[in-house]
Amino acid sequence: MKKFSKASTASKKAFLNYGIVIAFFVIFQSLVSTGNITSALKGQLIPIACYMIMAVSLNLVVGISGELSLGHAGFMSVGAFTAVIVSSAMAGSSDKGSLIVSIIVGALIAAIAGFLIGIPVLRLNGDYLAIVTLAFGEIIKNILNCLYVGIDEKGVHFAFNNPAALAMSAEGKVIINGPMGAVGIRKISTFAAAIILLLIILIIIQNLVNSRTGRAIMAIRDNRIAAESMGLSPMKYKMLAFTVSAAMAGAAGAVYALNYSTLVPKKFDFNTSILVLVFVVLGGIGNMTGSLLAAGVLVVLPELLRKFSDYRMLVYAIVLILVMLVTNNEKLKGKIDTFFKKLRMKISKGGRK
Amino acid sequence: MSKSPEVKLVNVPSPNFVPEKDLGKPLVLEAAHLGIDFGGLVAVDEFNIGIGATEICGLIGPNGAGKTTIFNLLTKVYEPTRGTIMLGGKDTHNMTPSQVNQMGIARTFQNIRLFDKLTVEENVKIGLHNHIGYHTLAGVFRLPNYWKEEKKDHEKALELLDIFGMADLANVTADSLPYGAQRRLEIVRALATGPKLLLLDEPAAGMNPSETEELMNNIRKIRDEFQIAVLLIEHDMNLVMGICESIVVLNFGRIIAKGTPSQIQGNPQVIEAYLGTHRG
Repeated sequence: MKKFSKASTASKKAFLNYGIVIAFFVIFQSLVSTGNITSALKGQLIPIACYMIMAVSLNLVVGISGELSLGHAGFMSVGAFTAVIVSSAMAGSSDKGSLIVSIIVGALIAAIAGFLIGIPVLRLNGDYLAIVTLAFGEIIKNILNCLYVGIDEKGVHFAFNNPAALAMSAEGKVIINGPMGAVGIRKISTFAAAIILLLIILIIIQNLVNSRTGRAIMAIRDNRIAAESMGLSPMKYKMLAFTVSAAMAGAAGAVYALNYSTLVPKKFDFNTSILVLVFVVLGGIGNMTGSLLAAGVLVVLPELLRKFSDYRMLVYAIVLILVMLVTNNEKLKGKIDTFFKKLRMKISKGGRK
Repeated sequence: MSKSPEVKLVNVPSPNFVPEKDLGKPLVLEAAHLGIDFGGLVAVDEFNIGIGATEICGLIGPNGAGKTTIFNLLTKVYEPTRGTIMLGGKDTHNMTPSQVNQMGIARTFQNIRLFDKLTVEENVKIGLHNHIGYHTLAGVFRLPNYWKEEKKDHEKALELLDIFGMADLANVTADSLPYGAQRRLEIVRALATGPKLLLLDEPAAGMNPSETEELMNNIRKIRDEFQIAVLLIEHDMNLVMGICESIVVLNFGRIIAKGTPSQIQGNPQVIEAYLGTHRG
């Protein structure tokens, strides 16, 4: 009986998250179709879903694998710019097909980037790892700042630091223009596609965590030496978590990029990495539901606070501090827990009568 | 006819002794001339040991003698500066701790190292990790293999926990267990990896006499049921003299005596190491 209830708490939590995502979709989709939504908020729907993906995927590294990564936006940008190139190269294909292929290729390239960066980074730990991920995030951004990509009838041309080196024919079109970023992106992302991707990624993460592999990752987090002496290879499992997380960030980046007509590499700087980390920390490290809610609320909040214009960031900061105080207060937590226990007892007593 | 090239002659492990019942079976572990230096400090030197297939061997010595260092050498947490470790006839040179574990050594730790945030059952499942037969992708996509293997895994974990009467604690997180139970869980977890040799680092530390008595019975039970060898570090002499078939005494990183419990108890060097010299 006890065993059963334990097994079902894990899946209950998982289904709660699917429920939240679906409810989020249904509510906002109906608001959009009835026209009861501001255009500013409507434009935020796809980014919100993307940031949710970013938050849960970063939570896999920070919460489950226990490594503080500060370069998550870097992987997002890899996915984003890959998707821009792929979608432009597939200009003749249907929107749906191009979007799916762009997401898959974006995730794959981001996974490769994650794997390569993981090789040196995961040999470090603690603060050192955080600093080096930060550095790699900036390196990716700076590389993209120097990247020129053009497309003509012969195919895709790449150049580094020198737009003239693209050597395109007269009909050629520049799609990524160094620090000016990507221009003329096909706007093929849809809210539904972003939500489906978010659901798929949630399923992958939660199933991964509740399996043999997830247990190994968490064991290495809790005690590396003991895990090693139990026959686990720390590098293998840390690498797996890091690469999967990078791939997911890449997928999020792909959907994000194909929602705008222009996109600059500067969008994916250190601030974006920290923003995603704030979602994870605020939602609770290792808590996927928290990550989803924090990402949703914190992307919308600045928009809702637009009325207060000048005081907007001030209120935002106060909300952040309040949430942290409340969620980290043991006394308050205890009181809330006892309140719910009493409530549950009353309900069950009432039920018996 | 060309002359065959001259080969280098090397020392083979010195003759060891094992309990008579293990005679004729290959040694589980054989260490020869083992030593490690930390900077200029010689922490362990000339450590020779052979452990029989189902032997219970005690490693004792005053504090700082290098007992835990030897465990760390045998499990490759440290790479030895000198000497060889043969595990089931294979040299463990350049192996990682996880490879050595897969070769058949499992250990517990002096300062308990459980996976604190995981449940008791999950801790044991980590021990079973390399015996669970499904791929990561089967876990992600919840293929039939996942359900089958997880069920087997769950049953096996409870079965192992039952040896120490801990099956009813399966869903408790490891860090909320009382101290004695945490020590027992470490043993169960080590046992789950399917070792040929179990290294126990002060298993009775912090236990009361009745718990120690129970632990002794359990160590014997494990040895008889799983037919494995046990090497244990312990300061509780009742336990050591009660269950060990052979004892190795260490002082300042060197072996000062080896033998049966009664031989050790009467050894003047051992008495000196523990109590100091008698000054007339």
